[in-house]
Amino acid sequence: MASDPPMPPGSPNPRSVLKLLLPAAVFVAALGTWEVYVRSAAVPAYILPAPSLILRTMITDWPLLWASLLTTLKTTLLGLALAVLGGVALAVLLSLSRIVEYSLYPFAVVLQVTPVIAIAPLLLIYMPQDAAVLACAWLVAFFPILSNTMLGLQSVDRNLLELFELYGTSPSQTAGARLRSRLKALWILRRPAALPPFLAGLRIAGGLSLIGAVVAEMAAGSAGAGSGLAYRIMESQYRLNIPRLFAALVLLALTGVALFLLLSALSHVALRRWHESALAREA
Amino acid sequence: MLESAPPLLRLQSVTKAFPSGVTALADLDLDIRAGEFLSLLGPSGCGKSTALRIIAGLSPPTEGRVTWPGAAAADHRGEIGFVFQEPTLMPWANVADNVWLPLRLRGVSKHDAKRRIAESLALVGLEAFASAYPRELSGGMKMRVSIARALSLKPRLLLMDEPFGALDEIARFRLNDDLLRLQDELGCTIVFVTHSIYESAYLSTRVVVMTPRPGRVAAEIAGATRAEREADFRTSMPYADLCRRIARSLAGAGAEEAA
Repeated sequence: MASDPPMPPGSPNPRSVLKLLLPAAVFVAALGTWEVYVRSAAVPAYILPAPSLILRTMITDWPLLWASLLTTLKTTLLGLALAVLGGVALAVLLSLSRIVEYSLYPFAVVLQVTPVIAIAPLLLIYMPQDAAVLACAWLVAFFPILSNTMLGLQSVDRNLLELFELYGTSPSQTAGARLRSRLKALWILRRPAALPPFLAGLRIAGGLSLIGAVVAEMAAGSAGAGSGLAYRIMESQYRLNIPRLFAALVLLALTGVALFLLLSALSHVALRRWHESALAREA
Repeated sequence: MLESAPPLLRLQSVTKAFPSGVTALADLDLDIRAGEFLSLLGPSGCGKSTALRIIAGLSPPTEGRVTWPGAAAADHRGEIGFVFQEPTLMPWANVADNVWLPLRLRGVSKHDAKRRIAESLALVGLEAFASAYPRELSGGMKMRVSIARALSLKPRLLLMDEPFGALDEIARFRLNDDLLRLQDELGCTIVFVTHSIYESAYLSTRVVVMTPRPGRVAAEIAGATRAEREADFRTSMPYADLCRRIARSLAGAGAEEAA
């Protein structure tokens, strides 16, 4: 950093321009090669559609795809929101009491390590389809939030906790007083300390929630009236409508990217005043 | 005379053994007199920091007791300020909020604490940095914030655990002088843990040399009183003489074998 030449304020950093330009150039080149190959080799559209055809399909099928996108997006965001609520609540509970931690944490791990694709059929038996799809999204997004938040809550400077002991705890050692001082430390110390790992977990959970939604839609696809993007992909595959399959895939990828960028921006805004991860980017 | 008044704090045959089997302190007897600058000097692992934590009430002694002979109240936590080896600031909070912490824990609202925060920051010369974040400060400035935080409750006793060990010499010398000035202004008692002979000689009115583990008092050396200090104390003959005597006591305590 120190060896960088000083930059006049306001002028765009050439390196950051390059960082945008290079991947864009690679992307355009790849699309161009793809397009040229498909046209010159006359590859049929049901094997590999050209990018231009995918774009046209996207436009003509837009009403259908848009409705599917909204369905998948709703599942993803709702699943993520519920995962945040549940994950943070459980992490706080576990951090307040060792007994709760020992009794519940192993089950959270078991839920996490069992592949969601294997649970999805069961969920579809026991729940209405909407709820089952949502449950899958929730299930995969839940654990990174829980484990990261727990890690954050526990990673407070020991000396700061000692300051709490020195100034904060009341001399009476009743259970109520202990709980009160724990809640105080939770709010003043552990909550801000947990924010960076929580936000990192949120970024992972956003992508996972989308994966969970897609997996569940695929598992549910044959079962009935699903209309999310993953369902469109399955449907297009059966009908050999490969251009539409690609268009749906592009929308899914864009959704994932948008979600990641959104959550990264959120993390940056929340941490920009103090955390190394956010400050490094400004430098 | 100071000696005739009851001590502020008395440690009576304090022993500390950890569950790991290590005995950090053995039969430590120590009186801390009101208004003195007491340095606990010894090699690493001689239990100086443990002694400080016991004084602060952060760690109970295994045997022996700590009493406040002159005080009636049983709760002395508000009268103690603690400065750690590291600045130990909350990185997400600005300087003012960091200094507010002890007051906040005592139930003082930010609004009511405003004046105390400003006073504490003024004491360490950081009035202009109230809204800065720790990351934006140098090591010396962070340590000043840490000291301001310890002073925010106007403690009678300031406990410092090798606070300047990580600083460069220029910053350390300045903070040494500032600390002496602070004590003059506030009249508080300071117990200062260090492993620097020179620092203890420069700052203290009394140096207690401790033996290697298990720690106990090996020797006591009277430091320079404020009246005896000259302008260039750090380069004066009495200072050099003091350093030599402290070094000899430390050698006599077996510090060199342990080191």
